[in-house]
Amino acid sequence: MDTYKYKLPNKLRIFAIACMLLGAIGFITGYALTPKTIEKVKEIEASHHGDGHGGGHATTDAHGGDHADDAHGGDAHYEHVLHQMQNRPWSALYIASFFFFMIALGTLAFYAIQHASQAGWSPVLFRVMEGITAYLPWASVIILILLLLSVFHVNHIFHWMEPELIDPESDKYDKLIAGKSGWLNTTGFLIRAVIYLAGFNAYRYFSRKWSLNQDNATDNRWFKKNFKLAAGFLVFFIYTESMMSWDWIMSFDPHWFSTLFGWYVFAGMMVSAITVIAMITIYLKSQGYLEFVNDSHIHDLAKFMFAFSIFWTYLWFSQFMLIWYANIPEEVTYFVTRIEDYKLPFFGMLAMNFIFPLLILMNSDYKRVNWFVIMAGVVILAGHYIDVFNMVMPGTVGTSWFIGLPELGSLLFFFGLFIFVVFTALTKESLLAKGSPFMKESKHFHY
Amino acid sequence: MASKVIHAIYNDDDILMNAVKAVRKEHYHIDEVYTPFPVHGLDKAMGLEDTRIAICSFMYGCVGLAVAITMMNYIMIEDWPQNIGGKPSFSYLENMPAFVPIMFEMTVFFAAHLMVITFYMRSKLWPFKKAENPDVRTTDDHFLMAIDAGHHNVDDVSKFLSDTGAIEISLHDKEDDH
Repeated sequence: MDTYKYKLPNKLRIFAIACMLLGAIGFITGYALTPKTIEKVKEIEASHHGDGHGGGHATTDAHGGDHADDAHGGDAHYEHVLHQMQNRPWSALYIASFFFFMIALGTLAFYAIQHASQAGWSPVLFRVMEGITAYLPWASVIILILLLLSVFHVNHIFHWMEPELIDPESDKYDKLIAGKSGWLNTTGFLIRAVIYLAGFNAYRYFSRKWSLNQDNATDNRWFKKNFKLAAGFLVFFIYTESMMSWDWIMSFDPHWFSTLFGWYVFAGMMVSAITVIAMITIYLKSQGYLEFVNDSHIHDLAKFMFAFSIFWTYLWFSQFMLIWYANIPEEVTYFVTRIEDYKLPFFGMLAMNFIFPLLILMNSDYKRVNWFVIMAGVVILAGHYIDVFNMVMPGTVGTSWFIGLPELGSLLFFFGLFIFVVFTALTKESLLAKGSPFMKESKHFHY
Repeated sequence: MASKVIHAIYNDDDILMNAVKAVRKEHYHIDEVYTPFPVHGLDKAMGLEDTRIAICSFMYGCVGLAVAITMMNYIMIEDWPQNIGGKPSFSYLENMPAFVPIMFEMTVFFAAHLMVITFYMRSKLWPFKKAENPDVRTTDDHFLMAIDAGHHNVDDVSKFLSDTGAIEISLHDKEDDH
């Protein structure tokens, strides 16, 4: 029997399933509580104003009085809020599913970089990374289903999918969106989605297969094939990742555009992925597996967490500062809505994704202390969830945001699914990729 | 009375490393080791303390950040808050994104330069310094370990050092300005 084979503890399986169940219940409850009619929205708003702000009551009345004459204008406001509220559970589901998709995809890119750069330190972590990327097919199917639901108008989180917007006869005609319909049309959107996902999953399938083949090979044939495949994938990845971020995230704000958006999403993806690799490695090691992983490997992963956190901040700031400085109205509305309506999440994530890891992970000794790395990892992951939240929510629900049942429910559900899929995949093969020609170097890696 | 020091010369860094470990085990005191290039792990083998220069650098960086903030806050916000292209100069925070590139560069500038100067001062390096080189070959391809003869028997120590692989062993007076 292989001593490096992982056995899934029953406790962990039950924990994952419990997370999924609780998450599903939370999400469904949140979904059921979503108002269905304008009347419901009016009730909610009235009770909010009545309970919350005593002084605000008079102004609410005045506001209502103004619109009583102009019934259409009054209803338009409530209809707008209703749409935002109905988008909320869908956005919450989308954000959580994209967040875990991002972790699996980022791990895959990191894994390809390790192959292409022939890194000597990381082969002991190959099986952990392959375990994490096992979530990719699941995430891809879920993302594709969510995109299909939007395309078939089950939900309206992608505003530009509304056919009336590009119809010149309609009173909802939007010239800007119509001008972009060469790229932003549902047919092209779906075709591109399938190409991205097929490419990512094909690389994941073959690299995993060839990595396993290499275990029993007498020469380095599979290793060389994997090297070439990784190099090719990285080229494919950087193009498709960029386009994917325009399609799946930037198009929530279809009037807005940013050049370095793809890089920005990529940086968030990498730092979350490396954090998850580090956390799962530390967990498996604490369970008595991965005896060949030493604290220098953890130190290296923590260095990557630190460096990519700063890289992410660099891109965040470059994007923000250029737009803030030039202050061109069509670009700056993106940040105006975020700073006015999302002040705490917007600046809070900056503290979580930059200042916290900067101070915690700067010291070389701390990067070898497991609980420090775990603590930094939890904050970084929460911060990057909020980052995705900030990218999606303002375009779909606007001011009607809250982190409540649908958000936490879907986060918990995908967390459970991720844990379940990843740790089940880890049990499939030996945790030591013994065929890698760099394995000996990696085992003796010392920094 | 000048004390004596024994110079043992090696011609391989692996042999040197083993010799250092053996000498430490015998509790002889190593004055200094001269090598033509950094020998990985030599400081650990000699039992030298870790450097604290990174901590210095961090503090210098904080100083640089403070200098940048104080300077720009005084100039741009307090002393003459002009309206330059509509940038909000009412408070430091409101105009902060414009200051970040300078805050960053000043932090790096202070951290890097003051750390280098600290390094020069702590290792006593300056342009007209007299080189402290006991044997010119140590800058090319030889390694020299200087051992305090102290109250040890010089012959015993020499015998022990030649067993560790030293190719030359010699006895010197310790220079006073060392």
